[in-house]
Amino acid sequence: MGDDSRPAPTVDEERAAVDTAPTDAADADPDARLLVRLRAGDEAAFSELVDRWSAPMLRVALIHTGTRAVAEEAVQDTWLAVLQGLDRFEGRSTLRTWVFRILLYTCRGKAERERRVPPISDVQRSAGEMTGRRAFAEDRFLPSDHPHWPGHWSQPPRSWMRTPDDALLGSELRQHLSQAVAALPERQRQVLVLRDVEGWTSEEVCRLLGVLPGNQRVLLHRARSTVRAALEPYLTVERP
Amino acid sequence: MTDTDDLACIELVELVTDYLEDALEPDVRARFEQHLPSCPGCEEHLEQVRRTIQVLGALPQDERLSPQTRARLLDAFREWRAHPQPEA
Repeated sequence: MGDDSRPAPTVDEERAAVDTAPTDAADADPDARLLVRLRAGDEAAFSELVDRWSAPMLRVALIHTGTRAVAEEAVQDTWLAVLQGLDRFEGRSTLRTWVFRILLYTCRGKAERERRVPPISDVQRSAGEMTGRRAFAEDRFLPSDHPHWPGHWSQPPRSWMRTPDDALLGSELRQHLSQAVAALPERQRQVLVLRDVEGWTSEEVCRLLGVLPGNQRVLLHRARSTVRAALEPYLTVERP
Repeated sequence: MTDTDDLACIELVELVTDYLEDALEPDVRARFEQHLPSCPGCEEHLEQVRRTIQVLGALPQDERLSPQTRARLLDAFREWRAHPQPEA
């Protein structure tokens, strides 16, 4: 309640606000026991983490690195950095957030070296991706000076097929879905992949990416709107 | 309630994520929920966003590290365990 009653903070305020926010995450870290075992040199704990997190790490790395080979290298380098930093990890974030933050830094370094582009800050990137596109083109609605129904549908969305999930994820549709996600701007894609593909909570995503909850919702909204629009041609029921 | 309380569809579609995240102010949420039953277009849109989230969550999770990388990491772990880092 408290957070949402405030006026939306600007993007510029994001990073400072997130970095200084008290983090109670570590108290409730579901992986606290694994961390203890890891520090005690328990190899089974390490291989469990590598097996559980490397797949989502690869998917996140692919957002930044472009190729599968570089993504795998980034994940490997991240685990090596985790081992080197483990003694210094203070538990101010959850283990998972910490590992993924190292991954993001690793990926950024690789991407900048590969593309040789000047780095853009996350704050600039968020700001650029939060403006612009709406969920639908304006001509899908009646004009704002319409005498009876201003801003209401002129071309409402047509029904989608009601298919079970497996049918829905037939290979053709799956490919279009993956392409639509891959084409999203970087920041939107990070949020969408973590929230909707990986199933992270908004709190954890905000903490990892250093965005405020309201800004995270804007990025998620833009991303979902784009992906929904991309699915539309494949799922719309043909008119008889 | 008067007509001016009604959200226009063009506004409602931009509030769908905040609605699903339970982040709308109570009065906006009330107007959102009041709009839906009388508007098949907005109901369909909300349903399509829900379906979009559902299919994203069902994307195949088939990425995995190559056996070579995995083996290299386990070697690195044993190395790390055998040679603790000196205090920085």
